[in-house]
Amino acid sequence: MLQIKDLHANINGKEILKGINLTVRPGEVHAIMGPNGSGKSTLSSVLTGNPAYEVTQGSVEFYGKDLLALSPEDRSHEGLFLSFQYPVEIPGVSMVNFMRAAINELRKYRGEEPMSATEFLKLMREKRAIVELDNKLASRSVNEGFSGGEKKRNEIFQMAMLEPRLSILDETDSGLDIDALRIVAEGVNKLKNENNATIVITHYQRLLDYIAPDYVHVLYKGRIVKSGGPELALELEEKGYDWIKKELGEI
Amino acid sequence: MQALQQYIDLYKEHHEVIDKHSARVLNALRPEALRCIESCELPTTKHEDYQHTDLVAMYAPDYGLNITRIELPTQPQEAFRCDVPNLSTQLYFLVGDNFYRNNRNKELPDGVLVGSLRDMAEAHPELVARCYGKIADMSKDVTVALNTLLAQDGFFLYIPKGVVLDKPIQLVNIIGGGVSMMHNRRILVVAEEGAQAKLLVCDHSEEDGITQLISQVTEIWAGKGAVVDYYSLEENATCVQRISSTYVHQEADSNVLVNGITLRNGTTRDNYHIALEGEGAEAQLCGMAIADGDKRVDVYTHIDHSKAHCNSNELFKYVLDDNAIGSFAGRILVREGSQKTEAYQSNKNLCASTTAHMYTKPQLEIYADDVKCSHGATVGQLDQQALFYMRTRGISESEARMLLQFAFMSDVIENVRLDALKDRLRQLVEKRFRGELSQCQQCAMRTQKQ
Repeated sequence: MLQIKDLHANINGKEILKGINLTVRPGEVHAIMGPNGSGKSTLSSVLTGNPAYEVTQGSVEFYGKDLLALSPEDRSHEGLFLSFQYPVEIPGVSMVNFMRAAINELRKYRGEEPMSATEFLKLMREKRAIVELDNKLASRSVNEGFSGGEKKRNEIFQMAMLEPRLSILDETDSGLDIDALRIVAEGVNKLKNENNATIVITHYQRLLDYIAPDYVHVLYKGRIVKSGGPELALELEEKGYDWIKKELGEI
Repeated sequence: MQALQQYIDLYKEHHEVIDKHSARVLNALRPEALRCIESCELPTTKHEDYQHTDLVAMYAPDYGLNITRIELPTQPQEAFRCDVPNLSTQLYFLVGDNFYRNNRNKELPDGVLVGSLRDMAEAHPELVARCYGKIADMSKDVTVALNTLLAQDGFFLYIPKGVVLDKPIQLVNIIGGGVSMMHNRRILVVAEEGAQAKLLVCDHSEEDGITQLISQVTEIWAGKGAVVDYYSLEENATCVQRISSTYVHQEADSNVLVNGITLRNGTTRDNYHIALEGEGAEAQLCGMAIADGDKRVDVYTHIDHSKAHCNSNELFKYVLDDNAIGSFAGRILVREGSQKTEAYQSNKNLCASTTAHMYTKPQLEIYADDVKCSHGATVGQLDQQALFYMRTRGISESEARMLLQFAFMSDVIENVRLDALKDRLRQLVEKRFRGELSQCQQCAMRTQKQ
């Protein structure tokens, strides 16, 4: 579904991604790990079309379409989802209005009629249960006054609503206590099927105990320097990144 | 001086006709108004308070005035259906600056007077004379003096002591008729001790390409413990120039809310003067302006705390797009001895394009030492992060911008103390941001031409 070839990207003229190659197929879970500043969040920003980043080289195909040519909203309509590391607070925009706008724009893109209010509320109720999101949160402004855990649960709730084909979870585990981590991970697992895929960006093995990856990649200095199976994550947990740096001849 | 001189000449030549078609109480102030005008000039854009509104250009055109009070052939009730859902109002009309004398009026509590200022001034001269021209100070504002010189009619609302008006009163100003005119309107609200009333004033004009000048002076007297809500909603065509001044006098423990909303306009200058002249008085002054194209909205506010233990809370928000120019100057004066004053002012603005301009000037002048006062002013753009976040959820950029702009205005709408009007405003503001509304959708108002 996703094919990234030799992807280079800048922010403010500084090159962060220096040639990423990655292929993701339906049903797969990929974990991307790496030290701070290696370009993990940049990769998710570039894939979702954050205008702050400039792609200088390479290509990204998503179900045969040139992903980089699409607007952020059309990438979403095509089935790409990003769970933000830092979900944005939007005072004055209620979760209900926000989600209804998102759902109806998706339906419009697919040539479907807007969802009725009853249907929509029913869907909200159903999907809220997946991440045990309180009804009160759903009636508040988007992320405003949410705790760290609530914000992350809200991200997964939105993912459940939009049913993306490819989800990128950008450090969804950061700032979560054990219970919240379990709820979020279980939510992700419930949404998983053979037709969708997940890219999990994380620093720690901990999340991968809950969301089992098929592949683990190490991103370092803007490149994927090592790929392997789930055992690679365990090895990293044990040995740290110095081991990789040694392999690269840096230490 | 040319701009003013034509109106002075007009008055001198036709003052008998003007007087004949008005009321003695209104006529009594004209000589004084003339003296005020002859002793001063229109402030130019070099004047600190008028840097962003060119009054000379506003008054310069040779507008017609309906001094013989010809009834314009209009059936406003048939033409106008601004049914704010669930809001049943007592509806009145001013066509141009002429009160529309409809006979369909409704039962009002004993002693309440609503209607044509001219008729009321003839029927109850002492009552009108007590406040007319007493709250608005024409010696300090030549536009008020000019209005006083030429205004022949308007709207009068009187609520006697202790009477609570449940139903809001709605006054709809209809401008049209296909002739370029100057409209001098006058609104006077007197709420006696403990009285309560809500007044919604809507300005409507059709986009007919004909230049109009509206001059409106509103005076509100809030007696001891009175509660008055005054909402002013402007939906005018782009070729309408409007200068409106609202003066509020508050006695002890009175509570007045003034909310000025500019949804659609050409050039607007709104002045608000609130004088808290009794202990324990409370004023809420808020407003919003949405302007795009080449529209201009210039608001000047002045809150005068001259007694102790009074509160004022001021909030104005603007969203400007395209080449629109907005300006806000807010002055709070806390006079000596006005201890325990609480006065807050906030002006927040969004410039949605790179060519929109916002000028903001908060001013606090405090001569008492035991007060709580603050002011804040911001000018910013839409939050890019929020915009991107919404787009990643599939919300198109234009929809996301609309939602963010709407959210920005929500606290001004929340200040409305009439639920049905609040709902209606949400709809109007949303439609305005969507650009769906060239006129208030519900109002199929038309000035019928013969």
